[in-house]
Amino acid sequence: MDITELTVHELQDKLKNKELTITEITKAYVDRINEKEKDVEAFITLTTDEAMKKADIIEKKINNREIDGDLAGIPIGIKDNMCTQGVKTTCASKMLENFVAPYNATVVEKINNENMISLGKTNMDEFAMGSSTETSYFKKTKNPWDLNRVPGGSSGGSAAAVAANMVPWALGSDTGGSIRQPAGCCGVVGLKPTYGLVSRFGLVAYASSLDQIGTFTKDVQDTAILLNVIAGHDENDSTSADIERKDYTKCLKNDVKGLKIAVPKEFFGEGINLEVKANLEKAIEKYKELGAIVEEVSLDIANYALAAYYIIACAEASSNLGRFDGIRYGYRSPKFNNLRDIYINSRSEGFGDEVKRRIILGTYVLSSGYYDAFYKKGQQVRTLVKNKFDEVFENYDIILTPTAPTTAFKIGEKSDNPLEMYLSDICTVSVNIAGLPGLSIPCGVDSNGMPVGMQLIGKRFDEGTILNAGYTYEQATKFRENYKPQFKN
Amino acid sequence: MEVKKEELLHIANLARLKLQDDEIEKYLLNLQDILNFANIVNKAPIEGLKETVRERDSYNVFRKDQVEEFNNIDGMIKNFPDEQDNMIRVPKVVQ
Repeated sequence: MDITELTVHELQDKLKNKELTITEITKAYVDRINEKEKDVEAFITLTTDEAMKKADIIEKKINNREIDGDLAGIPIGIKDNMCTQGVKTTCASKMLENFVAPYNATVVEKINNENMISLGKTNMDEFAMGSSTETSYFKKTKNPWDLNRVPGGSSGGSAAAVAANMVPWALGSDTGGSIRQPAGCCGVVGLKPTYGLVSRFGLVAYASSLDQIGTFTKDVQDTAILLNVIAGHDENDSTSADIERKDYTKCLKNDVKGLKIAVPKEFFGEGINLEVKANLEKAIEKYKELGAIVEEVSLDIANYALAAYYIIACAEASSNLGRFDGIRYGYRSPKFNNLRDIYINSRSEGFGDEVKRRIILGTYVLSSGYYDAFYKKGQQVRTLVKNKFDEVFENYDIILTPTAPTTAFKIGEKSDNPLEMYLSDICTVSVNIAGLPGLSIPCGVDSNGMPVGMQLIGKRFDEGTILNAGYTYEQATKFRENYKPQFKN
Repeated sequence: MEVKKEELLHIANLARLKLQDDEIEKYLLNLQDILNFANIVNKAPIEGLKETVRERDSYNVFRKDQVEEFNNIDGMIKNFPDEQDNMIRVPKVVQ
């Protein structure tokens, strides 16, 4: 038995039956990381030594009945934009290369409370700005299905680590598709919850009104388990929703009979790769077979939403990243004579190319003369997008689209053309703009053997319905049994 | 739409960024490209629609005004780029 092939719920069963111990599980993952990290480069900081020590401590405590808990000793990977006390949080930037957070993000606190074991901090696009994990200051993560291709982004390290069995699951963050798009590229399950379901306290801010923490897992059952852990109101995040807690595993019914699925034709048109489209059409047929009611609808918002996204996200980023001034923490340039020099030189030397581009774009659209033409219009488009989604949801339970217009592209293919890179997010950004939950699950592979992602979009705080729809499809198709990453060179 | 070099330099200065010559050329082109695309928001059917600034309509989220001690002062100080007697050191501000 290869331990690292197992899902978390399978690991839990084996722990309960005493077939496996916590140290055996942790050791298996540490060995796997030691074997695969040189090829995949999914991590910025590894905490494998600490993990082995922690596994030993947790195992003893469980044996002495000092602690219990279904998730004690389960390993996890954490995207490097979530604060971890005592372990570096770099955001994949030179600006935070040596930053060690003095406190934990709320999600990290929740994971620690479950006695889960972090194996390290995963690579990402710098400050989560990108769709390929190529803008990281430290390294370029490779796609485990084909090492010449990107894992998607910005949470590419988390996606690749799960796909390569280096962690059983991981946390990511999603501002315009940064969980769903890499999950699609790497053939794993990715969930961006409804805005406000998961606390953002301790998540380094990119675009605060769009950022949301979510999950990468091998299957939908694990998504439900991990969402149970991280969801919930937090006083430290004033945008976190104070709603009744749910057990998402209870939503998985393996039944979609009568479920009303809307398929917006505009998400299958120009720019969508034909093989992606063909795989999605097969998935749609499968849903019909399973008894769902699938109907084509019109939802003509993708281009408006993408434009509004880059206006709003960059505007918020230009403001959020103002805090990096070389004074209190982060990189300080050694070249300065006065305070102004510190600001300018630290920022100019500490930020990478894409981050500067977005700060400039954001400052531009907020500046007088352009505020009305861009920023204000962007916020109105946001209302339009919300209204259009609401109209569809009056008659349907979920909306089904591709996760991305193409499968994972080659490393370097789009790095010289920012606008082309931005188009990778065309299927996902509208979900953030409207604050909805979105799930990406694998639904096939293209002729290069690269996974294709299917996105299921739900009503606000109705994660249960998309998880059930994803689960039912997964049970009927068994993607993981049929396809595995090949680490192709 | 055209972005002028002076305009880009003005914006970069507002954002406290100093651009190298090759960066200026590149960002000018990128910015024009992206703004041309983003300009589609001006063609969207949004007349009469309100602006949505945030996802949730919460307003004035209050919590009790209770003192909570933060006990990892050393952890904060370790992140200071330059430090003296537990304080952040910066160049002289008032001449």
